[in-house]
Amino acid sequence: MDYIIEMLNIRKEFPGIVANDDITLQIRKTEIHALLGENGAGKSTLMSVLFGLYKPEAGSIKLRGKEVNISDPKTASRLGIGMVHQHFKLVEDFTVLENITLGAETVKNGFLKMDEARKKVMALSNRYKLYIDPDAKVSSITVGMQQRVEILKMLYRDNEILIFDEPTAVLTPQEIDELMGIMRELSKEGKSLIFITHKLEEIKKVADRVTVLRRGKGIGTYNVKDVTKEFLSEMMVGRKVQFTVDKKDIPPKEVIFEVKNLSMKTKGTTRNALNNISFKVRKNEIVCIAGIDGNGQSELVYALTGLKHFDEGHILVNGEDWTKKSIRYRNSHGMSHIPEDRHKYGLVLEYSMAYNLILQSYFMERFQKYSFLKKKNIYSYSDSLIGKFDIRSGQGSQTVTRSMSGGNQQKVILAREIDKNPSIMIAVQPARGLDVGATEFIHKQLVAQRDAGKGVLLISLELEEVMNLSDRILVIYEGELVGELDPKKVTIQELGLYMAGAKRDEVKA
Amino acid sequence: MEMLYLLLRQTMFFSIPLLIVALGGMFSERSGVTNIALEGIMVMGGFAGIYFINQLQSGMSGQLLLLLAIVIAVAGGVIFSLLHGYASINLKADQVISGTALNMFAPAFVIYLARMIQPSGIANVSFKNTFLISKVPVLGDIPVIGDIFFKNTYITTFVGFFILIVSAVVLYKTRFGMRLRACGEHPQAADSVGINVYKMRYIGVMISGALAGLGGLVLTIPISTEFKGAVNGYGFLALAVLIFGQWKPMRILWASLFFGFMQTISAAYSAIPFLLNLNIPSEFFKMTPYIATLIVLAFSSKSSKAPKAVGQPYDQGAR
Repeated sequence: MDYIIEMLNIRKEFPGIVANDDITLQIRKTEIHALLGENGAGKSTLMSVLFGLYKPEAGSIKLRGKEVNISDPKTASRLGIGMVHQHFKLVEDFTVLENITLGAETVKNGFLKMDEARKKVMALSNRYKLYIDPDAKVSSITVGMQQRVEILKMLYRDNEILIFDEPTAVLTPQEIDELMGIMRELSKEGKSLIFITHKLEEIKKVADRVTVLRRGKGIGTYNVKDVTKEFLSEMMVGRKVQFTVDKKDIPPKEVIFEVKNLSMKTKGTTRNALNNISFKVRKNEIVCIAGIDGNGQSELVYALTGLKHFDEGHILVNGEDWTKKSIRYRNSHGMSHIPEDRHKYGLVLEYSMAYNLILQSYFMERFQKYSFLKKKNIYSYSDSLIGKFDIRSGQGSQTVTRSMSGGNQQKVILAREIDKNPSIMIAVQPARGLDVGATEFIHKQLVAQRDAGKGVLLISLELEEVMNLSDRILVIYEGELVGELDPKKVTIQELGLYMAGAKRDEVKA
Repeated sequence: MEMLYLLLRQTMFFSIPLLIVALGGMFSERSGVTNIALEGIMVMGGFAGIYFINQLQSGMSGQLLLLLAIVIAVAGGVIFSLLHGYASINLKADQVISGTALNMFAPAFVIYLARMIQPSGIANVSFKNTFLISKVPVLGDIPVIGDIFFKNTYITTFVGFFILIVSAVVLYKTRFGMRLRACGEHPQAADSVGINVYKMRYIGVMISGALAGLGGLVLTIPISTEFKGAVNGYGFLALAVLIFGQWKPMRILWASLFFGFMQTISAAYSAIPFLLNLNIPSEFFKMTPYIATLIVLAFSSKSSKAPKAVGQPYDQGAR
């Protein structure tokens, strides 16, 4: 079998850690080859080696059977390797055409000559059914369209090997389907694709073969047709994983948290960031707010937790009006918040774990007297939480939080927020950036909170998380709630239509 | 009528250096490097150019000497701006601090230097103004326009307009300009398509050095006969022009004309009977350019469209 590109026995070390340990990846011509692994398995490192960003300590790269030396991205590009980065590299203030041609402009006597480039771009756009508008500014087009611009950037440079780095993370289900179609079209037209992902569904849908990485080692390469999802996940994690969370049917009880007609204006525009949002969360219930990133979720959370002032509406907890309550009041009277960005709002990374655990309670008598901290109490409290939540770190309570893994950092926040014994728990993307094992743990804890009679408000972009955990789904679109759905009845496709704004119902609180 | 022409010509003397320096700042900031060192660079360029004239004027005079002095001022500005480039691009220093340091260094250094190298030991560098063009042949005869632009003028006025046109074309119509703008908006994107961000930023800073250096000279020549080691806040005024002009060449032209006119009023109000008759204390007229700056910036900075990555050191390693 002919390989278009081969990475043989690649080894890449960083101080203290072997990111790639003797990994071999062989891509056949015109196939879609998935690269599967958890966060930190070494996928990005491997691709960075291929793209010339890192120099491997050992191993070689062969292009069409001939060994090549890829010293920088420019060389990679010249050899026909292109990449759609997870975070798009587009200049927002430029048009689509300018972005595609940037760095490979067509010029005459030093002046830009866009006509030829435009012809080529339009031809490619039509051939691969990408349908872009070359004169639209990138800042004004959707994320899905921006991704197509990235794809066109590679095609414009006549790249043969196309790397897609977690391309579906930012897309709606419909856009994902379209992307899969585009990927198939590309492979049919003779391109070879590397598809980095940790979503098994997508591999089953589109990939021909898959290489699994785990903790820097290559586990194996399989034909996608021959293996099951369960098998792949076991290979990826190294043990059997439970995909669905065990959740007993508990009828929700009385309302514990209520939001009434909440609106928030956006500075400088007439459009509201949040528009007349009303909903209720009851005891023993997980309510999930689903939606595509940037549709007002962050603003809603800021409004509920007191981080941002809102213009209209009311928030009630246990029937008490909390609209004007301070953040400290909210924190200490029954509201827990697992923030979206744990480094920004959840932790002080330079503090020890113990001090992070008392961030919201240091002023209580337990931990201070005459404003001097009671170190002994703080550390014994911290030690007890470490035991209870199985938080792992190098030096126990003294560990500087920055040095901990993402999963354990999230456990610190979870421990702090759960130990407050809240009435309402607001969890924003609680599994963001975590591996399968840590995700499983977090999800179990959230369900346990629900079972214990708390109300849980989950804000999530991950459809699987939404479908697995929630008792009720509210869909947010452009700052408005556009649908209330029952996860047992709705399909992912239908949910996607709501999220994309193609479908909407009246939502009553 | 003659009064109006005088005012407009005077406006040109103030506007052209502002235009040139603000365009320089535009190149630097569009590449992603904040350049508040314009003031200091102007001082260096002005000193270099004027001292050159001071040394050579016994043997030379007229437009050739001025053109040579322009070259020297540009060179002085470029060399001095390299310090800012090195600090903010290679060392990834805070660009505001680096700029402030240069602004503090330049005037002191120039005075020191002047005292050291002039046999008289004084800080001021004097020169003979032999550069006024009383009337450009043919063009000066055009009614109105001839009176405003082509009589009692300096070659630097034309240089200024020439730079404006070249700047606009370079920024929007050339490959270089497109890449420069990309570096100021999203350096990672530029880097990912093989553009050398460090190089582009160096070029941006050096262009700003060249134009600010030139601006220092252009400012001094029409309004004085000696260089006193300072440019009286013109570098900062140029920054205001740059912001008011929204980092766009043509808007920068209008902004510099506006500020230039304000400056003219403050400098020449006593020659305008109408203003003189108002009996307002002279301090108020002296204040106008600065008050206007404050007011204009307070209103325009809200809708400010600065390059997105301006002021952020680019680190290739951080992704």
